[in-house]
Amino acid sequence: MLKVEDMHVFYGAIHAIKGVSFHVDEGEIVALIGANGAGKSTILKTVSGLMHPRSGSISFMGQSIAHTDAYKLVRHGLAHVPEGRRIFLQMTVQDNLAMGAFTQKTVSKADLDMVFDLFPRLKERRTQIAGTLSGGEQQMLAMSRALMSHPKLMMLDEPSMGLAPILVDQIFSIIKDLHKAGTTILLVEQNASKALQVADRAYVLETGKITLEGTGDELAHSDAVRKAYLGG
Amino acid sequence: MDFLQYFIDGLYIGAIYAIIALGYTMVYGIAKMLNFAHGDVIMVGAYMSYTFVSASGMPVYLSIPIAMVICTVLGIVIEGLAYKPLRGTSSLAVLITAIGVSYFLQNAAQLIWGPAEIGFNRLVNAKPFLLFDGKLRVSPEAMVTLAIAVVIMVALTTFVNRTQTGKAMRAVAEDRDAAQLMGINVNRTISITFAIGSALAAVAGVLLCSKVQSVSPTVGSMPGIRAFTAAVFGGIGSIPGAMLGGMLLGLIETLTGAFISTQFSDAIVFLILIIVLLVKPAGLLGKQVQEKV
Repeated sequence: MLKVEDMHVFYGAIHAIKGVSFHVDEGEIVALIGANGAGKSTILKTVSGLMHPRSGSISFMGQSIAHTDAYKLVRHGLAHVPEGRRIFLQMTVQDNLAMGAFTQKTVSKADLDMVFDLFPRLKERRTQIAGTLSGGEQQMLAMSRALMSHPKLMMLDEPSMGLAPILVDQIFSIIKDLHKAGTTILLVEQNASKALQVADRAYVLETGKITLEGTGDELAHSDAVRKAYLGG
Repeated sequence: MDFLQYFIDGLYIGAIYAIIALGYTMVYGIAKMLNFAHGDVIMVGAYMSYTFVSASGMPVYLSIPIAMVICTVLGIVIEGLAYKPLRGTSSLAVLITAIGVSYFLQNAAQLIWGPAEIGFNRLVNAKPFLLFDGKLRVSPEAMVTLAIAVVIMVALTTFVNRTQTGKAMRAVAEDRDAAQLMGINVNRTISITFAIGSALAAVAGVLLCSKVQSVSPTVGSMPGIRAFTAAVFGGIGSIPGAMLGGMLLGLIETLTGAFISTQFSDAIVFLILIIVLLVKPAGLLGKQVQEKV
């Protein structure tokens, strides 16, 4: 479904991603794990079209998208829930969802019911200004907003960041539900143990390069990963 | 009675400032740039109205839609040619370009219509209403101008809050990257913003020149700067703020001119602006932006 080959990304003169290759097949949950600054978010931004690679190829559903603008990719079924949620803080919950449905003809009742089913809290707060939501609710809104575009592949950047453990569990169980409902997921996480529990496969990223790959289980039990990311 | 007379005069010029300020504030809020050429689009709108009125003898109000269409196209062209290539570069580069566009428009107007002031027909040719035995004069044109300003503000507010395109504008204003991830074409949204701002400038141009009964290549400069001040005063980026700022600026300017000193009226206007910004840095109705980490 998504295939990235030998991708190089620069911030000005800084070589941030140094020849990364990975793929996500339909129906999988794939995790990218790695420390702060390894380049995880940059990879997602480049795939979603907010940035463009200097060289290498990215194909999504058989089409080359390395130089396609982000707003066009949403229509192809690619959704990106960015780091820090980036919901529209000055707009209401409903308006945020309406923006999520921007590529659809209308904000359909069925879609709203679907996200309110997943996140009943948002239904209670639909007329509230998004900036007044708690961190967990903001994450729920960010995911709901992305779901409104009917994504085939959903990329989640640090969905557990800054959340209380009980909320982290809840978010991960929803990720599993979405996956069961047929959405393919590419997950970027610093919380490696959680990510490896849900992931079919995972890649370990270090300073712009992939250093390890394997199934979630394999990596969870690999010595290198345990030492570096799982606290021994 | 004098006070009431000046108050009405202040509202009249204030309404024109408000319409100009609405254009400034929309472009600033969404494209995050100060379009210093906005005042000169006003001037182009006024000349267009003048040209069609003098060529065909049509009444001034019929020339407004024509001027709006031409200025809309002009706004989109200016944005596409001058500002779009600079997207993502420093805001200083864009600001200097805007000043360049401003001079370009003024000089082009001089070339086409000459540097001298030209007489401009009134929008409404009716006798003023005389109240209180003729002590209070209310011109029908002032009332029309005020009504147009209010209608524009209500229409803009409804557009921005209710329509999908309007909401997309707010989304782009708040977070350009996140807006793109929703499937919103940011460049197109910014073009639409310029189109709306320039159409408003055309309306303001006709109203302004009808008030002063003349048009010249620099007719938009000072009102443009004053309206920019009004937009900052009310809270730049805020639609009701631009309206309030424009009205207040018109009132302060007229009342200080009448009762304190004409020479100091600009100084007093800016003194009040400084005080407002010291107390409320985001302007009267501006949102205090808080970064949530």
